[in-house]
Amino acid sequence: MRKKKRRFFILFVFPGFCGIMVFVLLPFLDVVKRSFTTAVTGEFSGGKNYEAIFQNQAFLLAVKNTVRFTLVCIPILVAMGLLTALLLSGLKKRSLLKAAYLFPLAMPTATVALVWKLAFYERGFLNLFLTRLGLMTGLWGEVHGDYLGTAAAFWVLVGSYIWKNMGYTVVLWLAGLSGISGEMLEAAKVDGAGSWQRLCKITLPNLRGSLFTIVILSFLNSFKIYREAYLTAGAYPDQSIYLLQHLFNNWFVNLELDKMAAAAVCTGGVLMIAILALQRLWEDG
Amino acid sequence: MDWRILKKIGKGVKQFFLFMALLLPALLIILPILLLLSGSLMDTWELGGYIGPAFADGNEFVSWKFLPDYPTFAGYGKLLFETPQFFVLFWNSMKLAVCILTGQLLVAVPAAWGFAVYQVRGSRGLLALYVALMLLPFQVTMLSSYLVLNELSLLNTHKAIILPAVFSTFPVFLSYGGFKSIPYQMLEAARVDGAGELIIFVRLGLPLGKSGLLSAMVLGFLEYWNLMEQPMAFLEDKYLWPLSLYLPEITWGQAGFAFCASIVTLIPAVFVFVIGQDYLEQGIIYSGLKE
Repeated sequence: MRKKKRRFFILFVFPGFCGIMVFVLLPFLDVVKRSFTTAVTGEFSGGKNYEAIFQNQAFLLAVKNTVRFTLVCIPILVAMGLLTALLLSGLKKRSLLKAAYLFPLAMPTATVALVWKLAFYERGFLNLFLTRLGLMTGLWGEVHGDYLGTAAAFWVLVGSYIWKNMGYTVVLWLAGLSGISGEMLEAAKVDGAGSWQRLCKITLPNLRGSLFTIVILSFLNSFKIYREAYLTAGAYPDQSIYLLQHLFNNWFVNLELDKMAAAAVCTGGVLMIAILALQRLWEDG
Repeated sequence: MDWRILKKIGKGVKQFFLFMALLLPALLIILPILLLLSGSLMDTWELGGYIGPAFADGNEFVSWKFLPDYPTFAGYGKLLFETPQFFVLFWNSMKLAVCILTGQLLVAVPAAWGFAVYQVRGSRGLLALYVALMLLPFQVTMLSSYLVLNELSLLNTHKAIILPAVFSTFPVFLSYGGFKSIPYQMLEAARVDGAGELIIFVRLGLPLGKSGLLSAMVLGFLEYWNLMEQPMAFLEDKYLWPLSLYLPEITWGQAGFAFCASIVTLIPAVFVFVIGQDYLEQGIIYSGLKE
């Protein structure tokens, strides 16, 4: 039986695995090899490429921005998603609202970019709204901020990311919430626990598993923000949103393959370690 | 008697406020689509009047009406009847998405079945590797993909987009979630009745575990309809581009055209979203399952 199992495992998994070998794993080994050689002649150059990228201002800026973006937007998304899911779970008719929250997933970035531009241009919708609000309340006058060409672009991206991924996160939190036994909550209620106590002592601790999942998937999706960044601000945007994705793309366009190889190995390595560490935590948790 | 009614009313009021609190963000979220939809129904002159200030000097702001003064389908007419390039790109997008999803059905779904049903030594480790690969962003594997596509002389063809995507591990992971939910005893019973392993896969596995693979298809379609990074890197000729890459090329001078093209681009994605919403949710949940 064990032999038979092995045979069928191979039969089902092997074709796909071959493809992954050919398209991902073997070429990545080639990239590792290239990261130690010069781009043009292919001679062995030791750690020179690595030295070069760590002295490269653009690389350092991109790493800083990417880390900053991730650290800012993931906690916001996770918290807002949880709050929305908690509210939604108390609602009886929630399918329509859930559909609205999920809808941005279906909107291609190219179509969204058009709207973002109209909203965040200097004389766009946001400033129109702020100016009207200012006039109405009498607190401030006309607002003429430019959001896409300045450091504010960072926050446009954060907002765009949250807009896009909110539904995804809410659905995951709802799934986690529905996994908590109603009996436990009911028992606590009978024992006199208030709704805050129930939330802090039962609901939140039981959502730990979901938290790991949501963080990992939010992280995965955070890299796709490049599409919005590129479409609204181009290949060389404001310094505040120059991300690793921009840098890789620009290196690719300029055929600076040796730097790209070293950076791919570094980024891939760091990500792999982070993912494996989280998987560990996940299994223990 | 009375307090029961009061309690009921209290509950109703609470539900109402809860709904309202959640409605506001929901409206904000769907605002962009309403903007696109109303813009696509305006004539050039009206649309120009609203968004013109964004590009002119002066202190005026853009403005908007969600119900156009002079609604017209002229923009759509121009797009559908006078712009043959649009169809080429539309079909490029369709071809890419359909080919990728078909390939994934043939490759990833059996692999998921293998992982779910035949646990052998090393299969857990391999699955962990698959999960890690699924989480690697495109930029990290961009150079390696370029090297192998160059080696196989596939650059600047649609195969350069399709083949790597077919071997993506994301659908394996999602379908795995669906197959894993089939009770083991059911498969054992079929085996005792003398069914072969392939028969079990086709007759039991596919129908019972279909939620996983369907959700992989729904999420996959939305993702591949929105492809940008890959075609940008690997397709040079514009006539090979998918719509998602072409839309941003439309200039503001043709804003009306851009609005209509956006809506037409949205239609297939929304269609899949509407018919597949349950599977979409299921897929999101499976994507978060512990292995």
